[in-house]
Amino acid sequence: MFAYIIRRIFAAVVLLLVVSAVTFAIFFLLPRIAGETADQLATQYVGKNPSPEAVAAVKQNLGLDQPLYTQYWNFLKGLVSGAEYKFGPDAATCHVPCFGYSFKNHLEVWPELTKRIPITLSLAIGAAVLWLVSGVTTGVVSALKPRSIFDRLAMGVALAGVSLPVFFTGALLLTVFSYEWPILDNLQYVDFTEDPLMWARNLILPWISLAFLYSALYARLTRAGMLETMSEDYIRTARAKGLVERKVVARHGLRAALTPIVTIFGMDLGLLLGGALITEQVFSLQGVGAFAVQAIADNDLPKILGVTLLAAFFIVVCNLVVDLLYALVDPRVRLS
Amino acid sequence: MTDLQKTPADAVPAPAGDPYLSVRDLRIHFDTDDGLVRSVDGVSFDLHKGRTLGIVGESGSGKSVTSLGIMGLHRSKRARITGEIWLGGEELIAAGPERVRQLRGRELAMIFQDPLTAMHPYYTVGAQIVEAYRVHHPQASRKQARTRAIEMLDRVGIPQPDRRVDDYPHQFSGGMRQRAMIAMALVNDPSLLIADEPTTALDVTVQAQILDLIRDLQEEFGSAVVIITHDLGVVAELADDVLVMYGGKCVERGPAETLFDAPEHPYTWGLLGSMPRLDRELQDRLVPVRGTPPSLINVPSGCAFHPRCPYAALTGGRSTSELPVLAEAAPGHLAACHLPADERHRIFAEEIAPRL
Amino acid sequence: MTDTQATQTAEIPPPAPASGREPLLKVTGLTRHFPIKGGLLRRQTGAVRAVDGIDFTVNAGETLGVVGESGCGKSTMGRLVTRLDEPTRGTIEFAGTDISHLGVGAMRPLRRDIQMIFQDPYSSLNPRHTVGTIVGAPFKLQGVEPEGGVRKAVQELLELCGLSPEHYNRYPHEFSGGQRQRIGIARALALKPKMIVADEPVSALDVSIQAQVVNLLDDLQQELGLTYLIIAHDLSVVRHVSDRVAVMYLGKIVEIADRDSLYRSPMHPYTNALMSAVPVPDPRRRQRAGRERILLKGDVPSPINPPSGCRFRTRCWKAQEVCATQEPALVALKTGHQVACHFPEGSEVAGAADKAGDKAS
Repeated sequence: MFAYIIRRIFAAVVLLLVVSAVTFAIFFLLPRIAGETADQLATQYVGKNPSPEAVAAVKQNLGLDQPLYTQYWNFLKGLVSGAEYKFGPDAATCHVPCFGYSFKNHLEVWPELTKRIPITLSLAIGAAVLWLVSGVTTGVVSALKPRSIFDRLAMGVALAGVSLPVFFTGALLLTVFSYEWPILDNLQYVDFTEDPLMWARNLILPWISLAFLYSALYARLTRAGMLETMSEDYIRTARAKGLVERKVVARHGLRAALTPIVTIFGMDLGLLLGGALITEQVFSLQGVGAFAVQAIADNDLPKILGVTLLAAFFIVVCNLVVDLLYALVDPRVRLS
Repeated sequence: MTDLQKTPADAVPAPAGDPYLSVRDLRIHFDTDDGLVRSVDGVSFDLHKGRTLGIVGESGSGKSVTSLGIMGLHRSKRARITGEIWLGGEELIAAGPERVRQLRGRELAMIFQDPLTAMHPYYTVGAQIVEAYRVHHPQASRKQARTRAIEMLDRVGIPQPDRRVDDYPHQFSGGMRQRAMIAMALVNDPSLLIADEPTTALDVTVQAQILDLIRDLQEEFGSAVVIITHDLGVVAELADDVLVMYGGKCVERGPAETLFDAPEHPYTWGLLGSMPRLDRELQDRLVPVRGTPPSLINVPSGCAFHPRCPYAALTGGRSTSELPVLAEAAPGHLAACHLPADERHRIFAEEIAPRL
Repeated sequence: MTDTQATQTAEIPPPAPASGREPLLKVTGLTRHFPIKGGLLRRQTGAVRAVDGIDFTVNAGETLGVVGESGCGKSTMGRLVTRLDEPTRGTIEFAGTDISHLGVGAMRPLRRDIQMIFQDPYSSLNPRHTVGTIVGAPFKLQGVEPEGGVRKAVQELLELCGLSPEHYNRYPHEFSGGQRQRIGIARALALKPKMIVADEPVSALDVSIQAQVVNLLDDLQQELGLTYLIIAHDLSVVRHVSDRVAVMYLGKIVEIADRDSLYRSPMHPYTNALMSAVPVPDPRRRQRAGRERILLKGDVPSPINPPSGCRFRTRCWKAQEVCATQEPALVALKTGHQVACHFPEGSEVAGAADKAGDKAS
C-alpha cells in the first residue's frame, strides 16, 4: 500500500511537470513554429505603437531571446524561488510561487489567482455537495423502483438537466429570482469568513444552476450503477442472510455502486476548481474562470499560462486523491 | 496430508412424522416482455430433517428458481407465486415478505454456486459472517459475533481461522471461499440448508472436500439439505431422495438408490446415458438426448419432453396432447410419463440398462 | 440435430490420411512464465510459472487429452501450442516446423493447420455477425477462395457440424449453447486444419448436449482425419475422447499414458486422487462398506512459488524426504506410460492397502 501511494504521488508530480512543459510549449513554441519571431511576440506586450527599444527591452526581460529550454527552466525556477524582472526603468519582483508576471497590467499572476481561488472554491464545493446529495439520492431511489413514476419523472428531468446549458438555466434563475421576484437580488460575492449567511445566499443561484447539470449526470450514473450492483450475486447473499432491505441497499449495494462515482466526482471537481467559466460569467463571479476568460481576451500569455497550470494542478491533485480513496474503498486495489 | 475416507454403510431409516419442509404445487411465473415464463410449474415434495433432497435438471429446468422461491428471494414485481411452502408448520407464501426475511438466514440458509461473486468484495470474510450472525442475534456483541465467526471458520476447516477471519474474499482460494460461504450459512444453525450448485465452480478434488464437509455438517447439525445441481454424480454422493426437473416440472421423484438403479422417466435415462462414466467400461459412443431443452415461454404441449423423447410415439398421441401426471411407479418412486409402467420397465431393461 | 447428421456430408474431402504414427506436434521443454512486477519501481519480483517445462508429442490422427485442475497451466499450454501466446522457453514443432517464436506474419499460413475451439460458446462468437460471416471469416482472413464460393463452403461446413445450411443468415443469439458450439467447430474446420486444440469444448454445455458435441468431435475426427488436443477438467469426458492422456499439476506433466493404461492403473498419486474424487452417479458406491476415497487436503499451491522437488509432495500421502529435494523426472515405467513420481503406484496389487497404511503416518 505504501509503495502504491509513493508511486502515485511520484506519478502525479511527473504528470504536473509534463503538463507544464506542454502548456509552455503550446504558448511559446507553437508561435515560433508558426513563424513568429521573438520580436513579434514581444510586441504584443508593449501596447500600441511600440518603439523598437521597448520591444527589445521586453524581449530581453521576458527572456524571449533565450533558447526555449532556458525559458522553461527559468519558469520552473520562478515557481520555487521567485523571479526578478527588470522592466525598463522599473524592476518587478515576482514572489514565490511565481506563476508568471503580467507585463500588460504590471501584476504578478499568483496573487491575482489566490484572490480568486476562494470564489471558485466556494462555487465548486457548494455545487458539488448539492449535486452529490441530490444526484445520488435520485439515482438510488430510481434504481430501487425502476420504471416507477418517480423513476420516469426523475430520469426525464435528468435528461433535461444534461441537455440544458448552464447559461440557460443560470440566466433563467437570475431572471426569476433576481428580477421577477427579487428574493435574491443584488448578488455580490461575500467571503465565507465575513458573513457565512450572505456567502451562501449569494451563491445559491450559481450553485443550483451548476449542480442541476451535474446532478442530472450523477443521477443517471448512480441509477445505472445501482441497478447493476443490485443484481450482483452478493446482494442475493445479503438478502439470504435475512438482512432488512434497507441494510442490503445501504451496506452492500451503495458501497459498491458509489465507487465508480467517486472517480468521476474527483475529475469533475478538479475540472471545476480550474474555473467554472460559464457559471462565473453568468453570475459575474470574479473566480478563476473569469480570470481565465479575461486573460484570453487580453491575450496575456503569462496569465493564461498561470491559470492553465493551476487548473492542471487541481485536476492532478483530485485524481491523486481519487486513486488513493479508491484503494481505501476497494481492498482488491489495496492488496494487489 | 491426506486421509482415506471410509463412509459407513449408513442406513437412514424411513422418515417418520411430519416433514420439515413441504412444498405443495409450487408455481413461479414471471411476466416478461416476451411472454409468461413458467419457471416453476407445479412442483411438490417433502423433506424431513436430517435428510437430503437432490434436485437435478439442466439449465432452465426451474431448479434454481424453485430454491429461490423457497427462500423468498425470487421476489420481483413480475413474479407470480402460488402454491404452498410449509416450513416447520408455517406456510411461507402467505406469511408475507417480512416474516420470510426473519426466517431467512436463521431457519433457512443458502449457499451459492460461485463463492467469489456471492461474497461482497469490500468486506472481510469475518465481517460478512458477523453480519449474518448479528442479524438474528441482535443482542450479541461484536466480540461475541467475531468469536462465533472464528469458531465457524474453524469448523468448516479453514486453517488459522483467527487470522483468516480478517482476510477479504479475494485472498481466499475457491475452495476456501466456498467453505467460508458454508460457515456463513450455518452460523445461525439453520434447520434447512439449500445448496445451489455448490461445487460447480470448483475443481474435483476440492469438490470432494466440500461434498464431504456438507455431509459431515449435516450429520452434526441434523438439518434438512436441498442440493441443486446438474451433475448426477454430485447428487449420488449426497442425496437420499432425488427430484428430476424438466421444463419447470418434476418428471421423476424417488429414493436415490432406486432412481439411479431403476430410473422411470425417459429423460432420466437420457441424462444417465449421455454422461460418460468413470465407473463403467468405456462405451464406444455416448447416447445423447436429441434436441435442446425447451424454452420456458413456449413449453411444448402435453409432456414437455415429448419432442426429445425417443419413445413419444409409443403413447398413442397422448404425449403431445395430455399432461402426464406424477404417478407412483414403484414404492415411493413417482414418474410423470404416459408410457405404461411395465412398458417402461421393459424398455429400460432391454434397451437402456445395457448401455449404462 | 442428431449426431448422425454430421456423418453424412462427404462434400469436404478428408485430407491426406495420417501417415503412420509420426508426431504432428512435438513440444519440448515448453515453459511460460508470466512476470510479476512489484515494489516502488515495478521491477520484476517473480513469475507465475504457469507452464514450467513440459514435453509431449501428439501423433497425427490421434487425440491427446490434457486434464488438470484450474491453475495447472493446461489452458496456457493450449494457447502456447496454438501460438496465441509466446513461450518463455522451449520449442513447439508442428509438422516438422519450429513455430515457437514465429511472428504473426510467419504464423499466418500455419494458422490454417492449427485451429482452436473455445470453452464459452457465448462469448467466442461475435454477436453482430451472422453465422455465415463467422464461419466464413477464416476464408477471408487467409485469402482463400473455396471451390464453389464461400457461401457454399460455409453451408457445407454447417451441415457437416449438424446445423442446417439455412442457418447461414442467422445471428448467434438465435442459437442454443450446443448449437453455438457447433458454429465454433464449423469455423475451426473451415480451412481443413490438421489439428484442433479444444479448450474445455463441452464444459459450458448442459449434460444432455455435451454428449452431442462429444460425438460430433468423434465423427469429425474419423471423417477428416483430424488430430485433437483436448484440454478439459472433466476426467470422464477426457477418457471418452482421448487416445492418450496427460495429467498436469502446477505447470508440469506428472503422468502421460495411453488412455486405458492411465485409467486402469494410474501410477501417479495425483492421478489417483483425481480419479477417486470424481463423483459417480451411483449412490450405492457411497454406502458401500470399505469404499475408500483419497481426499486431498488443501488447495493447489501457488505457481509463483511452487514447492521444491516434486510439486505434489505438499498434498501427497506418500511424500518422503527425497520428494522435497529431488524433482522426479518423467520416465516411462511401462510402454507408453510415463510418470514423474518417486513412489509410483505402478501395478502393485497392494496399492490400496498401502494407501490405507500410509494414512496413519
